[in-house]
Amino acid sequence: MYKVAGMFGRRAFNIDSLVVGVTQDPTVSRMTIVIDGDDNNVEQVTKQLHKLIDVIKIGDISKTAISRQFAFVKIRSTAAMRNEIVLLANIIDAKVIDISPETITLEVTGDEEKLANIKMLFEKYTIIEMVQTGTVSIEKGANSIKV
Amino acid sequence: MNGAQALIEVLENEGVEIIFGYPGGAVLPLYDALLQSKIKHALTRTEQSAAHAACGYARSADKVGVCLATSGPGATNLITGIANAYLDSTPLVAITGQVATELIGHDVFQEVDIVGATTPFTKHNYLIEDAADIPRIVKEAFYIASTGRKGPVLIDLPVNIQKKVKNYKFDAKIELRSYKPTIEPNFRQLKKLEEAINSSRRPLLCVGGGCMLSFVSDKIIALSDKINAPFVTTMLGIGAVPTSHENCLGMIGQSGLYAANSAVEAADLVIVLGARLGDRATGKHNSFAKKAKIVHIDIDPAEIGKNHNTYIPIVGDLNVTLSRILEMDIETKTSEWAADIEKWKEYAEFSGAFSDDEVNPKEIFDCLSDNAGEDVIAVTDVGQHQVWAGRFYRPKASGSFLTSGGLGTMAFSLPAAIGAKFANPDKRVVAIVGDGGFQMCMNELGTIKQENLKMGIALINNDRLGMVRELQQHHCGGRYSGTVLEYNPDFSLIAAAYDIEYYKVTDNSQIGEAVSRLLDPKKLVMVEFIVNPTANVDRVKAGE
Repeated sequence: MYKVAGMFGRRAFNIDSLVVGVTQDPTVSRMTIVIDGDDNNVEQVTKQLHKLIDVIKIGDISKTAISRQFAFVKIRSTAAMRNEIVLLANIIDAKVIDISPETITLEVTGDEEKLANIKMLFEKYTIIEMVQTGTVSIEKGANSIKV
Repeated sequence: MNGAQALIEVLENEGVEIIFGYPGGAVLPLYDALLQSKIKHALTRTEQSAAHAACGYARSADKVGVCLATSGPGATNLITGIANAYLDSTPLVAITGQVATELIGHDVFQEVDIVGATTPFTKHNYLIEDAADIPRIVKEAFYIASTGRKGPVLIDLPVNIQKKVKNYKFDAKIELRSYKPTIEPNFRQLKKLEEAINSSRRPLLCVGGGCMLSFVSDKIIALSDKINAPFVTTMLGIGAVPTSHENCLGMIGQSGLYAANSAVEAADLVIVLGARLGDRATGKHNSFAKKAKIVHIDIDPAEIGKNHNTYIPIVGDLNVTLSRILEMDIETKTSEWAADIEKWKEYAEFSGAFSDDEVNPKEIFDCLSDNAGEDVIAVTDVGQHQVWAGRFYRPKASGSFLTSGGLGTMAFSLPAAIGAKFANPDKRVVAIVGDGGFQMCMNELGTIKQENLKMGIALINNDRLGMVRELQQHHCGGRYSGTVLEYNPDFSLIAAAYDIEYYKVTDNSQIGEAVSRLLDPKKLVMVEFIVNPTANVDRVKAGE
């Protein structure tokens, strides 16, 4: 993991997001890395990643991927505001997972755009804390990255 | 059997004959196990030298070099040598002791995270946490270091794992599911190369350090003859081919030769063989061989297209690829630039004015080129003398020029020469070093004496850090900052302190005799050449 992250820093490639987790095969972990760059950058990144002995396979799925992020949003809410916030949450498919006398906490899954919208939507209340993951992706259809 | 003995057994199985190292508390079991082994241990005077010596050994022996150091400062002292090996793609296995596994992370005495520290410049590295993994990991380390694009691999071995007594199994298979270097070149790219060669009128071969590591000198010369293409070299390519060959136009780059740089500029096809086309060899980004189609052949796909646009990329082993190319139906009509090449060759290099009562550095290397036979290995340090050697020293055999090209590491010469001498006991090794670099590694005179090595040491002394002084002359308006070495010692007394034969050369007339002493295979001898502090490497560019 640190070998991969270190390579990006060392070679001055910028990472937008990096997520690592287990897969169906316990000997393999999968990293979803989002980078912003032209074809040349992507080619160099791919080649340099290939050089790391621990890296098994690399796929560029930027054109074929379904991508999701996940976030928790803790909003300041008095009893009077609660209904309005819950209604908004329902409309945008966010789930209320925790309520206290002063707060409501939502759980949201979606693409980058949806999470940005949520931030905008709840800005008129006070967002006390928002924590979100990077992007995980999988290819559409029958394609997959086989190892 | 304990873990240390298991590790030594794998080293023996891998054919290791010598380890360059420096002991310490965290490698006591390893040093104890070495006493029972047929592997020789050479004690260098600092760990950095152990790594350089292993590099010199590896590069001149076609074997993996092995160095050994203790945890903490021992390990960090290895770092420069490991980085040097990485930049010059040298097969090296570095073994470090580590504090006991249960203490890792507690900042105990002589603890550093050497795996973390060396990750950016090792091909791979390991911290062994389970003693049962020792045989497999050590085997893997040798495999990784010596295949594909060669490079250094570090193994960090905690002291409690070294002591772990168990029934070790040595039949472990190497399991590297992702590591499969491409050996066979792509057929379609070769076809394109065939067309490119046949339509070329001014083809040129560019020989890089990869050619030295692949031992393909004969094939390069055969290709050069077959398609009437002269060849140029990078700094590391000098060791790959006998650059005294008539088809060779010398070294390219900002410190290169006029003929070589002119050929690169005029060529319509440049076939780059195992070179990474670094900035020293090519100048500005994407300004190399602008009139030419660039064919880039390398075992490391990441090198192709990294620095320069490539017309035909070919990933493959140089030995295999050159064999395939030589089998192709290729010929070129190159008469149109033959006359140009002859003209470029006559360009008077190095016009620096020297009076008769001082030493012209070019004369030293010309004389060495004229008198050194095929059995001479020259090892340089870093600085002006290295560039002079790169430009003017023309070895007669391949594999006989060792230098620190990528990292440019001062203090490389003496330890690398020690390694080269161990690898080639029947050859004459001559270390060439400036007064700055010498003072970074002259402690290794002790190793040379202890091991009774006979070699020549050419000390090029200008009482300056000459390369930097020259850069300050050109780029800092002649303001010299930190480049004068005041209070240089009397080097004759340094030699005397180690009981080494010493000669001083103060003018050109003494060079011939001094060089014959440097080349005398029976002697350990040091010759100090006094060079004018204002002497420059005298850079030229093509067309100037």
